[in-house]
Amino acid sequence: MYAFDYTRPTSVADAVATLASDSDATVLAGGMTLIPTLKQRLAQPSQLVDLGALPGLAGIRREGDTLIIGAMTRHADVARSEIVAAALPALAALADGIGDAQVRHRGTIGGSIVNHDPAADYPSAVLGLGATVVTDRRQIAADDFFTGLFATALEEGEIVTEVRFPLPKRAAYVKFPNPASRYAVVGVFVAETGSGVRVAVTGAGPGVFRAGNFEAALTASFTPKAVEGLVWSADDLNSDMHASAGYRAHLIGVLAKRAVATIA
Amino acid sequence: MSVTSIGTSVKRREDKRFLTGKGNYTDDMNRPNQTHAYILRSPHAYAKIAALDVSAAKAAPGVVAIFTGDDMKVGSIPCGWQVHSKDGSPMKEPPHPPLAQGFVRHVGDQVAVIIAETYSEAKDAAELIEIDYHPLPAIADAKKALEPGAPPVWPDVAPDNLCFDWHIGDKAATDAAFEKAKWVAKLDLINNRLIPNAMEPRAAIGDYDVSNDLHTLYTTSQNPHVIRLLMGAFVLGIPESRLRVVAPDVGGGFGSKIFHYAEEAIVTWAAKQIERPVKWTAERSESFMTDAHGRDHHSHAELAMDDQGRFLGLRVATIANMGAYLSTFAPAVPTYLSGTLLAGVYTTPAIYGEVKAVFTHTVPVDAYRGAGRPETTFLLERLVDVAAEVSGIDRVELRRRNFIPPDAYPYQTPVALQYDSGDHAGCLDRALEKSDWAGFPARKAESAARGKLRGIGLSTYLEACGIAPSAVVGSLGARAALYEVGSVRVHPTGSVTVFTGTHSHGQGHETTFAQVVSDQLGIPIESIEIVHGDTDKVPFGMGTYGSRSLAVGGSAIVKAVDKIVAKGKRIAAHLLEAAEADIVFADGKFTVAGTDRSKAFGEIALAAYVPHNYPIETEEPGLEETAFYDPKNFTFPGGSHICEVEIDPDTGVTQVVRFTAVDDVGRVINPMIVEGQVQGGIVQGIGQALLENCVYSEDAQLLTGSFMDYCMPRADDVPFITVDHHTTLCTHNPLGVKGCGEVGAIGCPPAVINAVVDALKPYGVSHIDMPATPEKVWQAIQAARPAAAAE
Repeated sequence: MYAFDYTRPTSVADAVATLASDSDATVLAGGMTLIPTLKQRLAQPSQLVDLGALPGLAGIRREGDTLIIGAMTRHADVARSEIVAAALPALAALADGIGDAQVRHRGTIGGSIVNHDPAADYPSAVLGLGATVVTDRRQIAADDFFTGLFATALEEGEIVTEVRFPLPKRAAYVKFPNPASRYAVVGVFVAETGSGVRVAVTGAGPGVFRAGNFEAALTASFTPKAVEGLVWSADDLNSDMHASAGYRAHLIGVLAKRAVATIA
Repeated sequence: MSVTSIGTSVKRREDKRFLTGKGNYTDDMNRPNQTHAYILRSPHAYAKIAALDVSAAKAAPGVVAIFTGDDMKVGSIPCGWQVHSKDGSPMKEPPHPPLAQGFVRHVGDQVAVIIAETYSEAKDAAELIEIDYHPLPAIADAKKALEPGAPPVWPDVAPDNLCFDWHIGDKAATDAAFEKAKWVAKLDLINNRLIPNAMEPRAAIGDYDVSNDLHTLYTTSQNPHVIRLLMGAFVLGIPESRLRVVAPDVGGGFGSKIFHYAEEAIVTWAAKQIERPVKWTAERSESFMTDAHGRDHHSHAELAMDDQGRFLGLRVATIANMGAYLSTFAPAVPTYLSGTLLAGVYTTPAIYGEVKAVFTHTVPVDAYRGAGRPETTFLLERLVDVAAEVSGIDRVELRRRNFIPPDAYPYQTPVALQYDSGDHAGCLDRALEKSDWAGFPARKAESAARGKLRGIGLSTYLEACGIAPSAVVGSLGARAALYEVGSVRVHPTGSVTVFTGTHSHGQGHETTFAQVVSDQLGIPIESIEIVHGDTDKVPFGMGTYGSRSLAVGGSAIVKAVDKIVAKGKRIAAHLLEAAEADIVFADGKFTVAGTDRSKAFGEIALAAYVPHNYPIETEEPGLEETAFYDPKNFTFPGGSHICEVEIDPDTGVTQVVRFTAVDDVGRVINPMIVEGQVQGGIVQGIGQALLENCVYSEDAQLLTGSFMDYCMPRADDVPFITVDHHTTLCTHNPLGVKGCGEVGAIGCPPAVINAVVDALKPYGVSHIDMPATPEKVWQAIQAARPAAAAE
């Protein structure tokens, strides 16, 4: 690990100002990706801006048909929240399956979606539910938020403050974990929302994406049978020593069907 | 009998300190005025070091010294076993310098050591070292390394990458057996390369006492005396009398801490150069790329049968990856620890095995839990299942027909070993019963109702432990002896300190060995201390590996205690005014036979140290004895493992749902510890069969360099494991023990893969290589039903 300065601002404005004044500064949310990166000397930030002391960034609340989760809310807190369990059990289950117990007690939803690891779980829920990402300066629709491999629509120094999930009629997430890392080899989030059926896939491609043909089939009939035999092309999918693109394409179909089966 | 006697599940005495964080591991130790070493390692699989400039790094903050191969001109790290090729020529034996001499030959090879006041300073300084590498073509796959034109690892020593071409058995007789065969089973298989991943990373501290010219090495070793010998005599030229090697608590090893590693020599040598202690602890990523790996064999095997399914002949050709350098026991693993077990539990009369050992640009490969026996067992037990398919004879029945019968012992195999005892049908019967083999069809139907494929598989194995005798292994190329040393010091008040030349890296010797002595002397276990791991305390020793600690090390202790008892009888005869022949020792008392006149063990000890009334004319005072025990033969644990798996045909995910092990490990001293050993071995076996795989790229970059990509088995990968025993005693050691440390890792993998293949039988799958990952299983299913691939 290289030397760096550490700051722990107590207001979002201070955090934003610090980031604006130092282009080599990096935000520390849960640190579950950042800290290992630093330990391996793969990053050399000038300072870490720890968001842990920002008031109001951690917490879960429901406002009508919207579930709002603060950016600094830990996975474990989402997993065991009674509010989430009642309003959006699929999200609680997703959070409960991230990494391991240590990761779930340090990692945050904001850190996860901002990092946009192509194998992370949370982006599939944000995209699959058509959530809104709220930052210090604006609101970004999920469809516009994830822009590519480890890339999002956030501007330099922009801080996510919360994620607003419109509550779906029903939703489910099924994940095929990498047996070693427990990241998603493929994860499929299926939801019937107020604005239609959405199917978001993580792990399989260079970033989370929506599977249009699955959405169309499920819009016609929200049954496991409706997606049977549906094929997602392997062309743009990831291929590595753990899973070929063809296997990942196959798993998208299997997991989508299983997700639907749990809520159909 | 006390409650700590042989056969009792005494709680592990060492666990209090281990479980409360009070263990004393090498990295827990710090020497006064200590410095910290960072080892700069090669990022290339093979490269010439054209230029190396450390001047800027030497000026960095906190740096005490930097040494490269130009500074450290010492002896070569030796190989401990010399194998000869078929033509009688010795194996090709390249040099193994602790710091690279102009070339690096695997990713992780040591290039320089940076010593600084803190580890971070050393690491910072390392980035200032300028190296001009000229990368050269490299190769990781042993089979491809033998092909013409493959990049050579040692252009001068072994331009064709062949280290040796060894064989065992009778080729002519075996070929003749195949002429008579009714059926021949054939199989090509890979025994996948594994990374040991001990919980405690390797560490070493070199300390040098200037005033007395004494070196001390604290290290994570399974055998400190062997390190003292190899490093002192061959690498650094330090006599034993000036070199102390201490291996304190050691946190796992599975073989990987047997070997003498470069870092041990580097810190020992460097401590003298700078006259300060030098400490090095591996980071986890260094463990992945520098701890000796295990397995990595490619084999072709053929089994000839007559019309009754009796095995007539077996021939096996194996290519074994040695890595870039020859590690301490590497050449022995695919040969004398592997080829000699090709008979398995069967009466196959003609056997011929060939092994080509190959250099590649990878980390050295050496002994890993089972060392050669898992490789042979996997090959044999897979091949027997294929033979059952080929012949149409039920796999259980086929095994029974070919078992060595109990009355055939001692049994001379056609591949050198003579087995002393075993009851394979007895083990199998018990395993079939314990696993409810007969009830499998009902469980399979129940799985099928849930859309799952269920399979059952077994392995009936035998392995060789307690490698011995010294004269025999010497004739086979071992450059060391394989006896063990036990020393028993009885103190004046009757408490006992036992010094053993073996070591413990978690097996619980402090409990098991104390039970043995407690039982033998009839004194409480609390009165007995076990000391290991320090060459200044223990007279000599060969360490722990090959499940030898109890069979060989325990036997040495028993022999030393025998001497204590014999002397005690002579002292007691004097005190009780009786003939020595009339003294009986039992339950901690020396008694005149047929009378109630006796002396307690403690009274005899006191008499020996306060010899006022003592047979001083014939006996020296004191009560301390040492025994060197050279085993008469290997021991031969065996057993039957039965595994049930459930496969999800849509994803290929395989779950082990039942596992039953019935082993014959000889006499069991502590059933709880044995059960833990067997379970741990089975978990590692499941790891090899389903999860673990070391992957190098074509050009020999290590792709599985962390736990993100290298999959260790975890609790939810493993079912409840039923462990049971069907015991026959070893006939040639005093305890009748055989060894239990490796049986799990040996017997398990073929049982798992046989179960996977059984489950996939409807798809015509006849073999699947380890690890049977979800994608591999799914692809096998797809290959069988291409029309369904789009599902």
